Amino acid sequence: MNLRRLLIVIVPYAWLVGLFLIPFLIILKISLSDTAIAIPPYTPTLDLSAGWAGIKEFFSELDLENYYFLWTDSLYWKSFVSSITIATISTFLTLLVGFPIAYAMARAPSAWRPTLMMLVILPFWTSFLIRVYSWMGILSTNGFLNNFLMWTGLIDSPFHILNTPTAVYIGIVYTYLPFMILPIYSTLEKMDISLLEAAEDLGCTSRSAFWLVTVPLARYGIIAGCFLVFIPVNGEFVIPSLLGGSRINMIGKVLWDEFFNNRDWPVASAVAIILLLILVVPIVLFQRVQQKQEEATV
Amino acid sequence: MGQNAATTAFAPWNDPDANPLIRFENVTKRFGDFTAVNNLNLTVYEREFFALLGASGCGKTTLLRMLAGFETPTSGHILLDGQHINGVPPNKRAVNMMFQSYALFPHLSVWDNIAFGLRRTKMEKDEIGDRVQEMLRLTQLEPFGRRKPHQLSGGQRQRVALARSLAKAPKLLLLDEPLAALDKKLRQETQFELMDIQEKTGTTFVIVTHDQEEAMTVASRVAVMNKGNLLQVATPGEIYEGPNSVYVADFIGEVNIIEGTAKIVGPDELAIQYSENAPPIHAKIETEGFSDGQSVSYAIRPEKIGVSLTQDDPRPNKVKGTVIDIAYLGSTSTYHVRLDCGQMFSAQMTNVRRIEHREITWEDTVWLSWSNSAGLVLVK
Ligand SMILES: Nc1ncnc2c1ncn2[C@@H]1O[C@H](COP(=O)(O)OP(=O)(O)O)[C@@H](O)[C@H]1O
Ligand SMILES: [Mg+2]
Repeated sequence: MNLRRLLIVIVPYAWLVGLFLIPFLIILKISLSDTAIAIPPYTPTLDLSAGWAGIKEFFSELDLENYYFLWTDSLYWKSFVSSITIATISTFLTLLVGFPIAYAMARAPSAWRPTLMMLVILPFWTSFLIRVYSWMGILSTNGFLNNFLMWTGLIDSPFHILNTPTAVYIGIVYTYLPFMILPIYSTLEKMDISLLEAAEDLGCTSRSAFWLVTVPLARYGIIAGCFLVFIPVNGEFVIPSLLGGSRINMIGKVLWDEFFNNRDWPVASAVAIILLLILVVPIVLFQRVQQKQEEATV
Repeated sequence: MGQNAATTAFAPWNDPDANPLIRFENVTKRFGDFTAVNNLNLTVYEREFFALLGASGCGKTTLLRMLAGFETPTSGHILLDGQHINGVPPNKRAVNMMFQSYALFPHLSVWDNIAFGLRRTKMEKDEIGDRVQEMLRLTQLEPFGRRKPHQLSGGQRQRVALARSLAKAPKLLLLDEPLAALDKKLRQETQFELMDIQEKTGTTFVIVTHDQEEAMTVASRVAVMNKGNLLQVATPGEIYEGPNSVYVADFIGEVNIIEGTAKIVGPDELAIQYSENAPPIHAKIETEGFSDGQSVSYAIRPEKIGVSLTQDDPRPNKVKGTVIDIAYLGSTSTYHVRLDCGQMFSAQMTNVRRIEHREITWEDTVWLSWSNSAGLVLVK
């Protein structure tokens, strides 16, 4: 009888162990290894045929050398800092753009809402890469935006947007906007409009009612949206590579370079482990917020 | 009428010199081409507990929302304390509203909910604390100050909403179906609490309800509305005993309505012929305004009609019928009786004996009798 229950418990755990814990341990192991011109390109590899001695040998060769290297070469910690900075700023910008959109959607006549929701999700139906490429076409010196602005006569010479931080921010805000809008929309949509009337009845102006009622009630959506943008943006590498040029260093890009250009898997793995450690804090916080929100809505 | 009551009775509406707190002057509210409130005139006096009564959708909430400032009249004027308030926004009115959904702020504790309105004023922090404490005491919520609304029962939430809307000591408190969400027993208890609080604070209450018993229980005066029109405004007693239309008579409590033609038979006596095979009903009534052959409705409450197995009742209106159905309601029983001419009557009797000793039963031939001043004659 309890077999069913056991199965229900085991399946998700097996999933986590197989697809998260084991790969994590493999990456951790590689991060403690040394590079080698071999396949795979690192040593040591575990040789179980040598028995106990082989295992001892294997562990004795693991060390923290790569982490030390990350610490000494400023390129790495600078890209970590730059990633976190870019993630923070673009999270804020996404919130700035996303909140009003979510608000307008939640206050739109209910017949329109499914359509508006569809429009927000629609971009996911085309490839992410194609959408970022098209931003290159829009933002480049001879791109649509500059051509349009010059045609209207607003500017005489083209803006240089592509390959600047601005282009990266535009790309990130555009790509991650739905992750901000949807959680905020779902909290705002549930909000009872009579709460705002009650606030006004008790002496609020409509602006103070917004800050004292609407924003606090949307807070879980805002926090969830911010995490949903902040966490993945830290590891983003397509957008900075394609729109940011060589000057923008984000940790995802460094990771890519180490893996595919330098073929230095151990250092790349160390970078990945550090990135994960940095993101554990916001991920845990995010989980707690989600839990709180669930409790509050019960 | 009713002027002979004790001089201490609270009845400012009978005093021609009294200044009303609220005055509606020809107020109409339209939504598109739908008229929610139609050319309404109404006065409410200070310290009144005023009930707006009517079926769902008749415009009660709209009327209340115009008082609170959430809707503006399409035409006409609303005066509060002699001041025109048509254009005054809700946050500038000395009026507070208790919402039908309570509209408690879910992110704030009970304490902060009650303090919310006070914090929008220039009141000192200590004063706010004292006032909130006073409100908690008034509504018996003292142990719950730190709780969030979702940690309270329905009745407690209702009291928080009341405390919050009373905290700013408004001149006028509007209550939109405040008890509709409570179960029957709690609702009855809360009605008395509301009356008690209204008396203690001396605030003018305007309450909206579709429950006629509730309106009769709590209110000093009741206004009956139908489809945006005000039909009658009077004290509960007057409205029950003297409804001015068939609609009001039917809406307030149970009533027998008998259609017939009037004939003036005396200086203040009408005979109403409702069937060829039955004697006319005699009604003592001011005959002015009536004419012979006019079609009228005779309204009589079931409890004013006696049921008997004999003809001994001396009252002048007396008809014979058959008991079709008996509804046992505990303290009273309602007898549904069909006359030989087919007309149905309901009559209500107090159950002075235990049910197993009841002498009248189904299919019995009975005599209904009532006095000639028990009913009302209403013109369409
Ligand atoms: N904002 C509005 N827009 C359109 N129609 C409305 C609006 N508010 C109320 N109504 C209509 O006015 C009528 C009266 O509503 P309401 O005052 O809420 O009735 P009650 O409170 O007596 O049940 C209803 O038929 C309702 O549909
Ligand atoms: Mg209503």
